[in-house]
Amino acid sequence: MNLHEYQSKQLFAEYGIPVPEGRPADSPEQAAAAAGELGGKLWVVKAQVHAGGRGKAGGVKLARSVDEVRAYAKDMLGKRLVTHQSGPDGLPVNVVYVEAGSEIDRELYLSMLVDREKKMVSFIASAAGGMDIEQVAADTPEKIFNVAVAPDAGLMDYQARQLAFGLGLDKAQSKQFADLIRRMYRLFLERDASLVEVNPLIVTKGGDVIALDAKINIEENALFRQKKLAELRDPSQEDEMEREAAEHDLNYVSLDGNIACMVNGAGLAMATMDLIKLHGGEPANFLDVGGGATAERVAEAFKLILSNDKVTAILVNIFGGIVRCDLIADGIITAVKEVGVEVPVVVRLEGTNVKKGRQLLKDSGLDIIAAKDLTDAAQKAVAAAEQS
Amino acid sequence: MSILVDRNSKIVCQGITGNQGSFHTEQCLEYGTKVVAGVTPGRGGEECLGLPVYNTMREAVAETGADVSMIYVPAPFAADAILEAADSGVGLVVCITEGIPVLDMVKVKSALRNYDCRLVGPNCPGVITPDECKIGIMPGFIHKPGRIGVVSRSGTLTYEAVYQTTQNGLGQSTCVGIGGDPVRGMDFIDCLRLFEADEATDGIVMVGEIGGTDEEAAAEFIQSEVSKPVVAYIAGVTAPPGKRMGHAGAIIAGGKGTAEDKYAALEKAGVATVRSPAELGSRMLELLDD
Repeated sequence: MNLHEYQSKQLFAEYGIPVPEGRPADSPEQAAAAAGELGGKLWVVKAQVHAGGRGKAGGVKLARSVDEVRAYAKDMLGKRLVTHQSGPDGLPVNVVYVEAGSEIDRELYLSMLVDREKKMVSFIASAAGGMDIEQVAADTPEKIFNVAVAPDAGLMDYQARQLAFGLGLDKAQSKQFADLIRRMYRLFLERDASLVEVNPLIVTKGGDVIALDAKINIEENALFRQKKLAELRDPSQEDEMEREAAEHDLNYVSLDGNIACMVNGAGLAMATMDLIKLHGGEPANFLDVGGGATAERVAEAFKLILSNDKVTAILVNIFGGIVRCDLIADGIITAVKEVGVEVPVVVRLEGTNVKKGRQLLKDSGLDIIAAKDLTDAAQKAVAAAEQS
Repeated sequence: MSILVDRNSKIVCQGITGNQGSFHTEQCLEYGTKVVAGVTPGRGGEECLGLPVYNTMREAVAETGADVSMIYVPAPFAADAILEAADSGVGLVVCITEGIPVLDMVKVKSALRNYDCRLVGPNCPGVITPDECKIGIMPGFIHKPGRIGVVSRSGTLTYEAVYQTTQNGLGQSTCVGIGGDPVRGMDFIDCLRLFEADEATDGIVMVGEIGGTDEEAAAEFIQSEVSKPVVAYIAGVTAPPGKRMGHAGAIIAGGKGTAEDKYAALEKAGVATVRSPAELGSRMLELLDD
């Protein structure tokens, strides 16, 4: 689950991690009032969306008067911001963050995540801040510094030194930095973060180290024990269909093609997409109905994939292990009758009670194309999609 | 022969009194697996499916001599259950539970170094040696004793590989679902090493998916350490980057973990890769016929 920048910074502040002073605002007037409260002569107005690349997309503006703050807020609020990470439709800006301007001497990069290879929490730092860190890692890997924290030892002083020297910080700054990453490590563990990214972390002209940006992702699997953070979820920033799917315990990801798939199991669902592509078609979605697929869930899944009007054929691929194929067949028949499916449906069933399942589909009188195996299913779905 | 489990394995089910735990334990018993006890804290002294229930793993192991634990404990309590099992002295823990927080698994992974105990999973279908021992949620009837070792990150895709090798007569020595989480117990290399040393295994089917670099590491290992034929399939060629495809671990992040990278590494190592999961069985048959 993603947090907004302003939510992430509130969490930073709670942990004593230095951030510029700021206020969220959902109207131009509130933004102007926030600027007044913050004082000073320079403010930054930042669109709050769950996507990076806001600066280049016009979602971060420097304002030199309260009127400018109001004007920028008015420009941003209620619009959709399209960045290189947001997708072509962009994301709605419902909140702007008004922040006191900072005097920047240096821009650095700092992040934390779980390193899958080392199976430990890692810090990544680079002096090349403010830039696309993946590009830096690809072009100049020597500019990236990495430390993995052993869970029983915790973050050690030498690790903080290693990063601070790598970033070229002086003695006073290194001390501030060590304090900052210690707090960040505590936050990461206590709040079940899966990513904390500060890009840029700045050294101010006054020599202070502060987090100018903040991005925190909280691990979905840990939300049961992070109830307060779970309340910060902003559904407006999420794909509507994916959200709806999650409410029905379905795993759904939209894609650009026209052949919808419904599969049990994540791996098989991915493989089904790959097979469609391999046989010359384009998958419209990833959809895992899970191991305990019931008739109701199958019906919900049909509704969901049919709400995408690009879909010209549906491929159902079920390997019944614990779930019985006859129950799945029942579900498909009910769903097709109930939902009124008007595109061709190709079904491949395998596993427990498969004969009974296939017979049920055959006897249903519905226009369902039966496939005998994986390859046959993909070929028939691609052919059906082209004809309809 | 086989790897990890056989007809002599004695299993305790942690979470046996829960819905999932009792349903699947019953299935395992029907298959012929020697499940000897269950553990549910606070339910010690009761019986479940005709098996004694104990409060702690230590008690269960002391009373029954069990050497394997099978875990269906809900995610919030699963990390605790894994380490309790390791501490009880069992040599193998198979954790089926899905949705364990990754930071819990980071701790577990580190703590497991203190025990002589292997972990399979979490978020996996389990381990099966056909006709001898089924630990987990896989449908037993699709398996057949035979020559192929199967190791996979995905549940239903494992069933595909199993089904195909059953249909074409090869059968399986042991099948291991290592699970779809980013931090897990045994990885591909651990299983490949065991299959390479196992006399009953003539060939290995490996099913990977996007995310992480385990398949790349496995490719290197295969090149230097595995003499048996390996057929590999990687799911997720069409998966868009930055999107989690069902499994917590199946995500292309920071440009790493694409299916193409994994295919390239495996092909470089001389592994027979297939672009369609429908060809896993037939490709293995070709290799073994040569």
